[in-house]
Amino acid sequence: MKVKMLSRNPDHYVRETKLDLQRVPRNYDPTLHPFEVPREYIRALNATKLERVFAKPFLASLDGHRDGVNCLAKNPKSLATVLSGACDGEVRIWNLTKRKCIRTIQAHEGFVRGICTRFCGTSFFTVGDDKTVKQWKMDGPSSGEEEEPLHTILGKTVYTGIDHHWKEAVFATCGQQVDIWDEQRTNPICSMTWGFDSISSVKFNPIETFLLGSCASDRNIVLYDMRQATPLKKVILDMRTNTICWNPMEAFIFTAANEDYNLYTFDMRALDTPVMVHMDHVSAVLDVDYSPTGREFVSASFDKSIRIFPVDKSRSREVYHTKRMQHVICVKWTADSKYIMCGSDEMNIRLWKANASEKLGVLTSREKAATDYNQKLKEKFQYHPHIKRISRHRHLPKSIYSQIQEQRIMKEARRRKELNRIKHSKPGSVQRVSEKKKHIVAVVK
Amino acid sequence: METVPKPDSNVPPKKDRLQAKKKKPRRYWEQETTGTAAGASPGPPRKRKRNRELRPQKPKKNDTSGKFRISKKPRELKSPGPQRSLSGAQDPFAGPAPVSVEVVQKYCRIDKSKELPHPRTKTRSRLVAAEAQEEETSVRAARSELLLAEEPGFLEGEDGEDTAKIRQADIVEAVDIASAAKHFDLNLRQFGPYRLNYSRTGRHLTFGGRRGHVAALDWVTKKLMCEINVMEAVRDVRFLHSEALLAVAQNRWLHIYDNQGIELHCVRRCDRVTRLEFLPFHFLLATASETGFLTYLDVSVGKIVAALNARAGRLSVMTQNPYNAVIHLGHSNGTVSLWSPAMKEPLAKILCHRGGVRAVAIDATGTHMATSGLDHQLKLFDMRGMFQPLSTRTLPQGAGHLAFSQRGLLAAGMGDVVNIWAGQGKASPPSLEQPYLTHRLSGHVHGLQFCPYEDVLGVGHSGGITSMLVPGAAEPNFDGLESNPYRSRKQRQEWEVKALLEKVPAELICLDPRALAEVDVISLEQAKKERAERLGYDPDARAPFQPKPKQKGRGSTASLVKRKRKVMDQEHRDKVRQSLEQQPQKQEKAKPTGARPSALDRFMR
Repeated sequence: MKVKMLSRNPDHYVRETKLDLQRVPRNYDPTLHPFEVPREYIRALNATKLERVFAKPFLASLDGHRDGVNCLAKNPKSLATVLSGACDGEVRIWNLTKRKCIRTIQAHEGFVRGICTRFCGTSFFTVGDDKTVKQWKMDGPSSGEEEEPLHTILGKTVYTGIDHHWKEAVFATCGQQVDIWDEQRTNPICSMTWGFDSISSVKFNPIETFLLGSCASDRNIVLYDMRQATPLKKVILDMRTNTICWNPMEAFIFTAANEDYNLYTFDMRALDTPVMVHMDHVSAVLDVDYSPTGREFVSASFDKSIRIFPVDKSRSREVYHTKRMQHVICVKWTADSKYIMCGSDEMNIRLWKANASEKLGVLTSREKAATDYNQKLKEKFQYHPHIKRISRHRHLPKSIYSQIQEQRIMKEARRRKELNRIKHSKPGSVQRVSEKKKHIVAVVK
Repeated sequence: METVPKPDSNVPPKKDRLQAKKKKPRRYWEQETTGTAAGASPGPPRKRKRNRELRPQKPKKNDTSGKFRISKKPRELKSPGPQRSLSGAQDPFAGPAPVSVEVVQKYCRIDKSKELPHPRTKTRSRLVAAEAQEEETSVRAARSELLLAEEPGFLEGEDGEDTAKIRQADIVEAVDIASAAKHFDLNLRQFGPYRLNYSRTGRHLTFGGRRGHVAALDWVTKKLMCEINVMEAVRDVRFLHSEALLAVAQNRWLHIYDNQGIELHCVRRCDRVTRLEFLPFHFLLATASETGFLTYLDVSVGKIVAALNARAGRLSVMTQNPYNAVIHLGHSNGTVSLWSPAMKEPLAKILCHRGGVRAVAIDATGTHMATSGLDHQLKLFDMRGMFQPLSTRTLPQGAGHLAFSQRGLLAAGMGDVVNIWAGQGKASPPSLEQPYLTHRLSGHVHGLQFCPYEDVLGVGHSGGITSMLVPGAAEPNFDGLESNPYRSRKQRQEWEVKALLEKVPAELICLDPRALAEVDVISLEQAKKERAERLGYDPDARAPFQPKPKQKGRGSTASLVKRKRKVMDQEHRDKVRQSLEQQPQKQEKAKPTGARPSALDRFMR
């Protein structure tokens, strides 16, 4: 007879002293872990609920401006530094870690229309209603010195926007035409026009650095190549586009913030159909900025809210609003992709978390592992109706909520009318136009 | 430290020094030249040779085991040559550890035979990626089996010796002291036949006698936790989620005691309870009563979740399926019915015996069910799919009590004898031919349970309690986060909170517990249909083929129609071919396999 009994030595399973960690032997055999799926589902449900409980995105409000904040700029070399221009011509530089204004410049008379930093982070440019372009040093003047711009360019017309090249000493302004400037000269290298309307914003492509896009008030978005004297092509939409923003990871993708409450993500190679139409805002979209990962972007709207959209989704994943925040004019996603700043009409700059329920500060490795695990679970069960409902639920101010309802009714009526029209006309005579194509008027090369 | 060289051994070191002068200075990370390596240590080359012999064998083993796609993949990632460390030694076991396909299969959670339901490329590619990830995870989980510390027990007779002839006393004599101490008899003749229950960790034992004697003890240390007499007939006892709570089915009502023997609750909604089952992940106490009701009591909130009328008279046979928490009830008409609290009707009914069902047991994986009936038969059913009987055995007396162990051993109590049958491996059903062990007790068996994580079978009988040694019954390696026999009080409290947080709702009990993770095809189709109705057209529908306009002069209407027809015909042909391909498979199955047709073929289905 040969016999062996299961006989464990308790010393192998119990800690030796009180100071040791408890021993936890693992066995991943599925029969020892029954109800894996239902238990994971419950964990995912709990994680989703906790996410909503901990969703406190508002971090700080930077106040000090004496008029509405009109433009924001990031410092490419310093995460904590932010520049803002206001409607009274004042430019302020903020330190985000201290949440304080560190410098104030009376830059222009009238609005500061645009602000941008040089790629090296040592100086920045502003344009204003006083038809000037000014270059300023990022560091303040030493004591006794006066606050003076490095260079001032007097132009003939009002400039409405400015953007700096990502690698070279070149910048572009827009107004009645798009001008490309060399930093050393007082005259533009070249000016490009297409049509006769005022251009509201110009943006350099961060990857294909010689490309730039602009949007004008005659409803079109025009693309330029800096190396050519003429524009590349333009797309005409139903309504005016306020700004565009290039995707920092995909060279040919850009998103346009439109007056018709929508945002359009275009592939610049095929402008006749947008890649995605993003709709959730209930008023004109005023500004848009990409996250440095290129997967998401944030949009600011006249409806007093900002929304975060995934690039490949037509609906927003997040909406931020506060009681005191008025029409949001400008928005920026910080370079560490963790925070969002927005400047609004009521003179404040607000700092938000990009991920509303994220815990800030240093996480212990166990905390990190737990959040990673919960994230994965939420991902796995995201389509289950109960979890989906909880994770999508947002409280909205009454004005936005009622407007959403109203617009839903309007859209439904339009759709019903279209359906009836198709039903009662000769088959094939009325074509159904998809939502993507509906808003594109023409593409001109 | 300096040493003075001895005068007679003066010459060879000098030579060495000369050689060293000729040699280029070498850093420790540079490759050793062959001459010095051979001179310095003759060991490594021989070792390398041995490795070369070893290496081809390992892949060969893998190749014979069939398609070894899973474990080959990571191996290919590694560089083919053995890795050299700084010291110049080689890793004799380069690359990831090999795992066998069967082990990986055990951890595999996806069913590859099922078609992915979504035709869209985006979703499909995501699902494919998820499947690949899942596969990798299963390989890793399988590889972690190397780290398991304990080996299962066994009992083997010397050539030809029948293990069933081996008596408990022999086993006790042969095993170590610690294991021998696990065999004991409690002689409690006074309070009549006993029911017993082990806690989920296998550390604690509770038993209740028909005449009111209830006790709970840590049976390993033999420390008594409480002992009371409830002065009423006790029909069944059961630990709740931890050893601190104890449910006792008494003559009238259901009572809940703590480990001090203090009565915490008297549940009057559950009256005349005959059997108790506790579903640990749902925190449900299922009670079967004389009145024919199956009642689910949520012990975390104290609410009755469901009271189901089985409409089959007195319920005295009940067991739970540990795989899916479905309750199996045995009835006097020979059927076993499967119940979930979400449904008013049974999920399934299985006709198992002629005459009443006396006992039902289900193994830990939920694949096998053993039943015994008044017809003296012991049957084994496959619970996957159509509940087919696997094997049957007629017992002289018929079994009154059945129990499965964690490793799939089946124990049956027949009168005052306990028989235990074992299968070939862990997942295989027990073969009912030859018993693995038998034992005669001092009274009639009234309750049976294998102790989790210990090679012990607890038997309650009219003479008391017997703890039998059954080598190879229990799972040797427990999971510390799931149920840890050595947990401290603090660990238990923490576990309790975690378990309560992830309490599975009662509505989720169904036959397939993995159904929640699968694509709900029915509601998907429904949603699609509703959407198409709402929009007035189907947005996912494929547009009919429209030929592209050709160059000038070639786009005549006739050719357009011709091209259109060509595509349509091709599609039609494909469809027909597909349906034809499916049909002959069915016919082939129906054909007899033998060469000559037999007259008996007509009876084949």
